[in-house]
Amino acid sequence: MKLLDVANLDAGYGATTVLRGIGFEVDEGGVTTLLGANGAGKTTTLRAICGLCRRTGEIRLRGERVDTLSTERIARRGVAHVPDGRGTFMELTVEENMRLGAYTRTDQQVRPDFERMFGYFPKLRQRFRQQAGTLSGGEQQMLAIARALLLSPKLLLLDEPSFGLAPMIVREIFEIMRRVNAEEGTGILVVEQNANLALSFADQAYLLETGRIVMAGPAADIGRDPAVRRAYLGY
Amino acid sequence: MDALLHQLLSGIASGGIYAAVALALVMIYQATHHVNFAQGEMATLSTYLALTLIQVGAPYWVAFVVTVVLSFGIGVVIERVLLRPMHGAPVLASVGIFIGLLLIFNALTGAIWGYLTQQFPSPFGDAHILGGYVSPHELGATAITLVVLLLVWAFFRFTKLGLAMRAAAYNPVSSRLVGIDVGWMLALGWGLAAAIGAIAGMMIAPVVFLDPNMMGGILLYAFAGALLGGITSPLGAVIGGFLVGIIENIGGAYIVGTELKLTLALIIIVAILIIRPSGLLGRTIVSRV
Repeated sequence: MKLLDVANLDAGYGATTVLRGIGFEVDEGGVTTLLGANGAGKTTTLRAICGLCRRTGEIRLRGERVDTLSTERIARRGVAHVPDGRGTFMELTVEENMRLGAYTRTDQQVRPDFERMFGYFPKLRQRFRQQAGTLSGGEQQMLAIARALLLSPKLLLLDEPSFGLAPMIVREIFEIMRRVNAEEGTGILVVEQNANLALSFADQAYLLETGRIVMAGPAADIGRDPAVRRAYLGY
Repeated sequence: MDALLHQLLSGIASGGIYAAVALALVMIYQATHHVNFAQGEMATLSTYLALTLIQVGAPYWVAFVVTVVLSFGIGVVIERVLLRPMHGAPVLASVGIFIGLLLIFNALTGAIWGYLTQQFPSPFGDAHILGGYVSPHELGATAITLVVLLLVWAFFRFTKLGLAMRAAAYNPVSSRLVGIDVGWMLALGWGLAAAIGAIAGMMIAPVVFLDPNMMGGILLYAFAGALLGGITSPLGAVIGGFLVGIIENIGGAYIVGTELKLTLALIIIVAILIIRPSGLLGRTIVSRV
């Protein structure tokens, strides 16, 4: 059974259909990446999984249909989304943002998990009482990821985690995502403009073009494909 | 000098009421970006409920608690039934709903309880204390208002539900992504605002007497207070409410006369909108991208 199994997914906004019958999978403990140009439908795919846009089709989380659930119920099933623009609660403090990440949890591990997040992102400890809106872009991305991880998710959705960040910060963030994936077994679905980065991080890759999947396979194979290299990797 | 002190204390007492109503307005404004014009009339209805409970023999504080709980429920039901379908509707449609609610509540209280002015009891007696500067009711009402404001603050600051309600108001999409049921948070906000309004109504009724239009003027003062403090800031609304109470009493006594007191509220509203639309403590979000 796959962690996430998407089939025949159509999605869009209002009268506009963005995705046309796409299907893809994320393995238990695996990392899948969706590649594609601007406007191919990458962000829409993540939004469709979370119920943030109009969608029809089958979306299964560990075999159970989640495509008719509301966004908050999908979150409660263990899907955490680091959205486009990071979704930070700018007016609230770093601490409050983190507490909100753990909103659905009733277990006693929340405080220890805060410490785990400080281990990943020591900056967050320094900024703990600060208003989140005052954080730098990189710190906000770290906060967004910490908030998502505090849900203690089965599946983590990342929308362009490298966007607008310095290369060093991007490396750091991907290194931590790799650790989370290895240590916690959290499945990850990542959408990236930076195809090189994404292919080196993922084990499965799908290529999205104008709302359709045009290529699928192990990330290493996709990275060797001449057409992909020309169009997305720049060499 | 004595008279001035007296006006000042009275101003603080009525300011507390305006602060409470202003807080109710700001709570709904923050969550929905609409001003609930019916906030005052809802409070009037609640006060009549309390009066009826007292008239059928309930002790004052029992009536008080029951009224607060009922008002909370009414607020929740209004949000769920009337406003939820309006989600995403144009602004004017929502304004229409609020004005409609105002008229409905006003007519409803008139139809049920009549338009005659009625006395509403105070739980604090009417002995003269502090040399007659301030009545026991003013003192008691101010204390109750302060306790309510403090409880509301503590609820939003320290509880998980309060945090979730703030989050839902600031950023509904992110809130849903962390598993918060934003729709219910809105309904709870309405319930809380209605409960706060009910307390304000019960505290002001012994002073201004109870009739279906009792809260009309008070809503205007409260709105002036909310704007003065900054409609995006709960703390600002509270401070603004107290300031308006003081300005109203002192201005009414020494500058414009009692008959023109309400004009002061309008002057404050217009002046704030011209000079500093964000109010004293209006939110300036610091953000970097």
